[in-house]
Amino acid sequence: MTATVSAAVRTTTADRVEGSSVDIAVELRGLSKVYRSGRNQVQALDRIDLGFPRHSFTCVVGASGCGKSTLLSIIAGLDQPTAGELSVNGTVGLMFQESALFPWLTAEQNIELPMKLRRVPKAERRTRVQQLLQLVRLEGFGSKRPHELSGGMRQRVALARALAQNADVLLMDEPFGALDAMTRDILHHELERIWQQTGATIIFVTHNVREAVRLGDRIVLLSSRPGRVVDNFDVHFARPRRIESPEVGSLSIAVTSRLRQEVARHGTDVPT
Amino acid sequence: MALTFRPDESADNADVVDGAMSDRAMAADADETGDEAMDELGLVERELEAKQSDDEVAGELAGLDALDRLELAKGALTLRVWKSLWPKLAAIALVLLAWQAVTWSHWRPDYVLPGPRVVLPQLWHELGTGRTWTAIGSTMRRAVTGFAMAIVIGLLIGVAVARSKVLRSAVGSLITGLQTMPSVVWYPLAVVLFKLSEGAIIFVVVIGAAPSIANGVINGIDHIPPLLTRAGRVLGARGLQAYRHVILPAALPSFLAGLKQAWAFAWRSLMAGELIGGIAAISIGARLNNERDLNDTPGLLSWMIIVLIIGVAVDSLVFGVAERTIRRRRGLGI
Ligand SMILES: Nc1ncnc2c1ncn2[C@@H]1O[C@H](COP(=O)(O)OP(=O)(O)O)[C@@H](O)[C@H]1O
Ligand SMILES: [Mg+2]
Repeated sequence: MTATVSAAVRTTTADRVEGSSVDIAVELRGLSKVYRSGRNQVQALDRIDLGFPRHSFTCVVGASGCGKSTLLSIIAGLDQPTAGELSVNGTVGLMFQESALFPWLTAEQNIELPMKLRRVPKAERRTRVQQLLQLVRLEGFGSKRPHELSGGMRQRVALARALAQNADVLLMDEPFGALDAMTRDILHHELERIWQQTGATIIFVTHNVREAVRLGDRIVLLSSRPGRVVDNFDVHFARPRRIESPEVGSLSIAVTSRLRQEVARHGTDVPT
Repeated sequence: MALTFRPDESADNADVVDGAMSDRAMAADADETGDEAMDELGLVERELEAKQSDDEVAGELAGLDALDRLELAKGALTLRVWKSLWPKLAAIALVLLAWQAVTWSHWRPDYVLPGPRVVLPQLWHELGTGRTWTAIGSTMRRAVTGFAMAIVIGLLIGVAVARSKVLRSAVGSLITGLQTMPSVVWYPLAVVLFKLSEGAIIFVVVIGAAPSIANGVINGIDHIPPLLTRAGRVLGARGLQAYRHVILPAALPSFLAGLKQAWAFAWRSLMAGELIGGIAAISIGARLNNERDLNDTPGLLSWMIIVLIIGVAVDSLVFGVAERTIRRRRGLGI
């Protein structure tokens, strides 16, 4: 067991490695994660090999329980892989399905906190908070507390807070999953715009295939138990896209049938 | 660490792709079918029109935000104060009436159990004398000193127990045990340890209040939503900073509930200690003993009312207000 654990390596490079042939923000090599609870074992991730080029927008789709959240937690450093290597160039921000804003802070103070923790001078923090509020179109809402904001507004504050970390890599775990369709559509547009403006590398997890096609340059399909990469789709449609457009629709159909094929494989699993 | 990256490689490595379609072919395919479908429906042009500008989206977003805002009209301040005040005033009036009824029934002679019409003027008179305020002052000084020490001790013990599994199994249940034990029981020992001094009284106050405070802290830390601690860690809150910016603020409502309960214990312990007494200094407890020695029931009842008022006032004006403010700020309802 010690051998496998020591095989798990995490490298983080704060300063960017420029000039490599392809600029990679995050790379996983043979990454596995096994959860053990008592005598039970769950192989959440099985030898994942994935590279995320800088400035790319990758959507990870898969049935629930296939290890999408585990993957993001490991990249964020919240969880340790059981085996394999992970290298992350730059700082990582993470957004959850729920905003995870601190209810005792105002929107502004929430956005300010990561800078406070990095000891950014106060004047600089102030201006940056205002810029970020503007970026997510929430000027005038800075003094509101999370419970006074709608779900969509909270997610925008959470996005601003993640950007306040100067995150080079933005991990998003079904961030719009709990929002109504209209708000979600608009936030897709907003996220696309902010991604293009900030040049962050985005890894976006969802179980909504259409959402993935709407947003991603690339779609990575994960299978369940064990979580493996089973397919890759490049998406070349022009931006900004619309979720209702026929091109998004037809690629969604292709991805969905591939996903269903993968889920059906489990139909023959012996119940344990 | 020379990295070469090919987008297709990862899928190949996973060796589950059953050679069906390459990624690019896939996307191109989709492109085509998409265009065909659009041509059929004559949609290409409209699709182009339908592409939204950032400004349009900004307008829609502003509209949604406006619709989402809850504007709860607040009533006038005086009206709200009156609404929360009148039931309390009514209750006090009812108690006074019942008390008066008992005296009217002549269950005990008037000099043994005087009615409010005798006691309340006596109370008013007491409140006008310097001696009364000296007594209240010295008692409150003990309360504040003891309570402040209890906060420091309870907070430290609470954080330590919440952090360490060993400490929790060692002293976790001991704290609850202490909480259920009447702290006056410690008074004789305190007198032995500290002599008949302020120290002995403050000791029982601390030992009465600290367990509730520690339990409040432990409860608060135990019930922090894991999502918030994870968010804190991703944002870079480590070690002491995590305590300052995430853990303690998140535990605050429970900590305050602990403080409120601790105040009740502290006030009781303090009164018990002062009543058992033996300490020469003038205090509320000493005055109560004094009035009993003089058989001055109106005086005795006046002092009981003072004890009641202080207990309730600190509970509702200090801890009640703090608790309500925090709950309102966090949208926890009231
Ligand atoms: N802390 C944990 N302990 C044990 N098993 C876990 C834990 N977290 C996740 N799992 C298991 O790992 C698998 C992947 O979970 P998760 O990453 O949350 O999937 P997803 O986000 O794709 O729904 C699931 O089978 C889940 O039950
Ligand atoms: Mg998940």
